[in-house]
Amino acid sequence: MIVSFIVNGEGVTARVTTPVSLLDVLRDQLELPGSKSACEQGECGSCSVLLDGALVCACLVMAVDAEGSTVRTVEGIASEGTLHPVQVAMHEAGAVQCGFCTPGIVVAAADLFDRDPTPTTDQIKEAVAGNICRCTGYGAIVRALESVAGERR
Amino acid sequence: MTTRTERRVGRTGGLIGDSPLRPDGIPKLKGEFEYAQDLTAAEMLWGATLRSPYAHARIVSIDLAPALAVGGVHAVLTADDVPGRGTFGLEQPDQPVLAGDYVNYWGEPVVVVAAEDQDTARRAAAAVVVEYEVLEPLVDPEEADRRDETFRRMKIRRGDQDITGDVIVDGYYEVGMQDQAPLGTEAGLAIPDGHGGVDLYATSQFVHVDHEQVVASLGLTSDQVRSHPTGIGGAFGAREDVNLHIHLCLLALHTSKPVKMVYHRSESFTGHVHRHPARMWYRHHADMDGNLLRVEAKVLVDGGAYASTTGAVLANACYFAVGPYRCDSVTVDGVGTRTNNPPCGAMRGFGAVQVCFAHETQMDRLAAALDMDSLDLRRRNALATGDAIPTTGQIIETPLPMTEVIDSLVAMPMPDATISDSPLSLPGGTGLTTEPTDVSRGVGYALGIKNLGFSEGFDDYAQARVRLTAEGATVETAAIEVGQGLVTVLAQIARSALGVSRATVRNVDTSMIDSAGSTSASRQTQLSGGATLEASTRLRARILHAYNGDDLDDDGVWSEGRLVTPMAEITEGSWEETATFRHPATTEPDENGQGVIHADFAVAGHRAVVDVDPELGLVRVVRVDTAQDVGKALNPQSVRGQIEGGIMQGVGLAIMEELIVEDGIIRNPNFTDYLLPTILDAPEVEALLIEKEGSWGPYGAKGVGEPPIISSAAAVAAAIRDATGRPIDRIPVRPQDIALL
Ligand code: FES
Ligand code: FES
Repeated sequence: MIVSFIVNGEGVTARVTTPVSLLDVLRDQLELPGSKSACEQGECGSCSVLLDGALVCACLVMAVDAEGSTVRTVEGIASEGTLHPVQVAMHEAGAVQCGFCTPGIVVAAADLFDRDPTPTTDQIKEAVAGNICRCTGYGAIVRALESVAGERR
Repeated sequence: MTTRTERRVGRTGGLIGDSPLRPDGIPKLKGEFEYAQDLTAAEMLWGATLRSPYAHARIVSIDLAPALAVGGVHAVLTADDVPGRGTFGLEQPDQPVLAGDYVNYWGEPVVVVAAEDQDTARRAAAAVVVEYEVLEPLVDPEEADRRDETFRRMKIRRGDQDITGDVIVDGYYEVGMQDQAPLGTEAGLAIPDGHGGVDLYATSQFVHVDHEQVVASLGLTSDQVRSHPTGIGGAFGAREDVNLHIHLCLLALHTSKPVKMVYHRSESFTGHVHRHPARMWYRHHADMDGNLLRVEAKVLVDGGAYASTTGAVLANACYFAVGPYRCDSVTVDGVGTRTNNPPCGAMRGFGAVQVCFAHETQMDRLAAALDMDSLDLRRRNALATGDAIPTTGQIIETPLPMTEVIDSLVAMPMPDATISDSPLSLPGGTGLTTEPTDVSRGVGYALGIKNLGFSEGFDDYAQARVRLTAEGATVETAAIEVGQGLVTVLAQIARSALGVSRATVRNVDTSMIDSAGSTSASRQTQLSGGATLEASTRLRARILHAYNGDDLDDDGVWSEGRLVTPMAEITEGSWEETATFRHPATTEPDENGQGVIHADFAVAGHRAVVDVDPELGLVRVVRVDTAQDVGKALNPQSVRGQIEGGIMQGVGLAIMEELIVEDGIIRNPNFTDYLLPTILDAPEVEALLIEKEGSWGPYGAKGVGEPPIISSAAAVAAAIRDATGRPIDRIPVRPQDIALL
């Protein structure tokens, strides 16, 4: 069947013949490989996207269920060449190593700051608690996101 | 005339000791960085692997017909289709590319398939009918030792073997099987070149050794294969061995089409080697003043079904079995067993992690037996420059600031003693299992030592090429960036040594440059950094000579404060230098394990503070402080990143990360059941970098990737012991080890 939805502001369609996930459709059909596949079972957050404004693991969403929805992926977080403050802060804090967790964390953190510009450290941690990073030990990620909250206070 | 003061303006940061922004940071943050998982090619096929469902079995027959009958299938290949040597392995080529008559571990590849999409490839692989005669697996490593099923035995004898101490402490310790769990799974793309050769783009830590193994196992010539560095999502040792590399090339050559493979997570858990589980028996002897008189140890690491790097991991475990302490009477016997368990190989810390847990627990117990402060005991016996490594007798020639590490660690402030009542900070977390009043706090210390670079006479080198053009300096290398920041630091070295402000790193394939060696053993900053420094220094000298100058910067060549040749004129010519850097030569061990075995050493210490719910056996690691011997921090932010990341993996090993293997079968090959630390498990970390130059690395730098994990796990275990009074003689510590459920 054909599934139509909006990704990062653009209408897209995908032909879905098998029960594939939204993640697979984004990566393999829509040329949006920024969302990463690392566990395929909702445990790591590497595939995080916003589906109608709600943070979801794209590996757990069936592509057919995206019909008519609005999806925002990591590729749609920076706007018109301007990085999101989360991206700037993570870059400066050294919060990116291998970078495989990074797209998911950017999406989850951008979502947090869109909802609450001045979260506490505990709120920051809870917001990205579903995102596994194997490289950084999380210290630089916390410092980066705290600095975004600090600047907005 | 431009003056000397003005010329300084051109040098804007990014030098040695700075922490410039990563060149790959923005692409990674925007989701634009290309990983092996993201590669595509026109008319690309997808590969899939059929793996053994048994830990040990004879293959009676394989029926490929049902797979070939699936529409869209282009190839279904078995061991019979593998030309050439047909086997691979880092230390010995003992592992079949595809299993022939027998399967020796659960998950061993038997058949590979190429088909038009991934789903079809997986379905076709599953359709192959393999008839097995199931055999009894050998899964008990002590039984393997008795049967002499081994990859290597180690014997270390140093000093008087008959000394007995006034105080003797015995212990038995176990370390479970940890997985590197890099976030990106194994992935790659092989593209046939139309002339019988192939270009391989796959997750790797060492493209030249992949190349060598593809060539030999498939019977190709060296120039027929080019292995290309490719974006990868972490490594930690998991990418030192080949896995899908040979399969991809085999399928691509067979089908004459590009073939891509991506392991899903559970396949990744069987598709790469793990940290060796270890069993260790120890006896420490000391005099009444706490001088370490003698250490006896037996170290067993289980290599599983195939050799991988078991020999080197075992050797490392044995060489560092005593830890960073002076001792002149040492006996170590080691064995790396061959079983039908999952193959084990390289993981960050490479043998030193396992023994550190044992020797540090022994030191704490010895201190208790002597009624001494455990840090005083460690300080009294701490190794220093000029001392002999207790196992090998090698004299330490470079700075080894063990005492400074201990003193710095003790001086670091302790966290507030009050137990936070925030659920996020309590054992059990938001499960709300634990009240602050239930919590018992503990503090533990541990020290570790690790060799840097490859050892035992291995010809360990790295090549780098530095070019100067109108765009600035370019460093060409086949060294793999795994996330640690090599692309940043090599550019820093080139800028600093050459004198220009623009420098970039360009990864090139195996046909374009000689080996950079492996991105492992904490070695790339020292080795590829050393090659970059040497090439840059020589290039600068040649340019200065050519233009009769005494200084070079973005403006050009200077002489006595005057610009003599502008850069635009210099870069009309072609300027490049290639350098090969070797660390000081090492020797193979003699029959007693003695010799100049290692090129250099680094030490670190960790202090862990934990909160434990003793009734439920739950642990929260509150804080881990560390002091680490780094030689010179070339990029302090990256060093800190290595320290925090390594500590987190050490905490994981101490309290949650373990592959559960029953009868040779991994029971938890997924992220739901193999627990990884999340941000809520991350302790506060304070790190002090001890800079004592004098190592042979560029600018005196030492490797920094592994010391953070070596003693952090042991420190957490010690802290749990302190909090609970339980023996804690295995890691990961399980709830039942605390609560005695
Ligand atoms: S890939 Fe979706 S949560 Fe891990
Ligand atoms: S940076 Fe590698 S997993 Fe987070």
